[in-house]
Amino acid sequence: MSNKPAILAEGLHKHFGKTHALAGLDLVAEEGTVLGVLGPNGAGKTTAVRILTTLLKPDAGYAEVAGLDVVKQADLLRARIGLAGQYAAVDDNLTGYENLKMFGQLYHLSSARARQRANELLERFDLAEAGRRVVKTYSGGMRRRLDLAASLIMAPPVLFLDEPTTGLDPRGRLAMWDVISSLVSDGTTVLLTTQYLEEADQLAHQIAVVDRGRVIANGTADELKTQVGGERLELTIVPGGDLNAALQAVQVYSSGEIQISAEHRHLSVPVTQGAQHLAAIVRDLDAAHVRLDDLALRRPTLDDVFLTLTGHAATDEEASPEEVTISKSLVRSA
Amino acid sequence: MQSSYIETAERLTPQARPAFYWTIADALVLAKRHLIQIPRIPEELIFATIQPVMFVLLFRYVFGGAIAVSGTTYVNYLMAGIFGQTVIFGSTSTGIGLAFDLQKGLVDRFRSLPMAKSAVLTGRTISDIVRNTVVILVMWIVGVLVGFRPEGSVLAWIAAIGLLLFTSFAFSWIAATIALSVRTVEAAQSAGFIWLFPLTFASSAFVPTSSMPDWLRAFAEHQPVTLVINAVRGLLLNQPDASTIWQSLAWCAGLLVIFIPLAVWVYSRRISR
Repeated sequence: MSNKPAILAEGLHKHFGKTHALAGLDLVAEEGTVLGVLGPNGAGKTTAVRILTTLLKPDAGYAEVAGLDVVKQADLLRARIGLAGQYAAVDDNLTGYENLKMFGQLYHLSSARARQRANELLERFDLAEAGRRVVKTYSGGMRRRLDLAASLIMAPPVLFLDEPTTGLDPRGRLAMWDVISSLVSDGTTVLLTTQYLEEADQLAHQIAVVDRGRVIANGTADELKTQVGGERLELTIVPGGDLNAALQAVQVYSSGEIQISAEHRHLSVPVTQGAQHLAAIVRDLDAAHVRLDDLALRRPTLDDVFLTLTGHAATDEEASPEEVTISKSLVRSA
Repeated sequence: MQSSYIETAERLTPQARPAFYWTIADALVLAKRHLIQIPRIPEELIFATIQPVMFVLLFRYVFGGAIAVSGTTYVNYLMAGIFGQTVIFGSTSTGIGLAFDLQKGLVDRFRSLPMAKSAVLTGRTISDIVRNTVVILVMWIVGVLVGFRPEGSVLAWIAAIGLLLFTSFAFSWIAATIALSVRTVEAAQSAGFIWLFPLTFASSAFVPTSSMPDWLRAFAEHQPVTLVINAVRGLLLNQPDASTIWQSLAWCAGLLVIFIPLAVWVYSRRISR
């Protein structure tokens, strides 16, 4: 559509005392896409969002959003962006409707327009009924939806979501993902920061991995995963099965060193374009009379990406241990 | 989808008005925000009144008998002090409210809006004036119930209330400055209160300053709380004293000249991190 990116940051620096929160951060988001900014706590995600939303001035570097300079045209820009998430908020002692109407008026809509817009947004975010109640009585998910609605009053072309699902239960998170997807399909450009690798994987067209104030990797989720290494075929044979037979059957498909764990009757085989070969692999295993407990083609997760790129995990113990137990119990029950 | 989105955006053009208009309009929107909350959190207003009511009862019935004042009854003397203390203590709520907004991230949202920056501070000080008016009226009624009999004209009484509100407005800005300088809501609460105790007790609020030792008296007679209370007392008891009125107005104006810019400065420093 347009050749100018909706969000552009070049060489942003920001110090807080001795902390170098941003150390030359570059970001680009094309119009109508979702840019996922991924990184652990303290990586500089929030500082970047605060600069791009005019809340902070950078010490050095340049940034523009929706074609406007975030420092020199800050006042103009504020009417064209929305900010929601970790650091935006609503008033607990007002109703949802009163909150939206107030923010509408502060965006300098007439009170008639502000009222109309408040009702529209409550309707859209499934808060029409709750809109007459004070926010104090809302669930975490409802509160976040209201917060998001408040950031959408002016139908901003660019939306900043700072960890929009942190602290939400799985259902609230899925609902939030739906809402974000529908905004993007309406043409909004979204910058989304998250600690949840799965979230970036689900929503973002482009991902920037941030660590210690700079971008250490850039690309689509697929590109990042490929960068870290291709897929692996993980197979487990039945107890008492012939692990050597299995090894011989899959050897031709391997693109590197096969990891063998006799104790767990498990092979981990690096493969390229595994999906295309999967049918053949299964046929060969069958022909070799190898009976399987489990077979999976695993692409690296963004957790793997993060670990490889930074040498430390994205978060201390995020969802993954839980997922592991779930998949184990599924295998057992199957 | 795309077309409906653009249609929406066109409908949502902000009104074009001069900046000065928004300075006031935005402050009023935020003042309204605080005012509609008052009946929803009645305990706040109740506690704001219980404390001065206890002071009225304590001084009227416990200490009052031992305090000699000339020219009027002790309860008539006392009420001006109670009004003064109430509005000055009440000003700390400005700071506490601000500290809460900062902590909850509401201030960030306000700052990401194209609204007048000052409105966050002025909106709150304006709504606190309204709240203080209510508290003064409640205290007036309590006073009358325990024997307070104001003298002179209704006009002078209104002038007294006006002076009290102006004083609370000035002290609100001090409270705002303090709240913005500390890190937590709790700190804003205690730091906002602590210095008000010597200021209200070492004043003419409850006892005539003539009973104090010389060094304390020198302080008490020239500090703003005494001046305001003396001016209010004169207006309520039909002995208006132009000199104390002007001096207290000058004090409050001076505090505003210092603390409005200071609060704004601390505010902009605080939010740039």
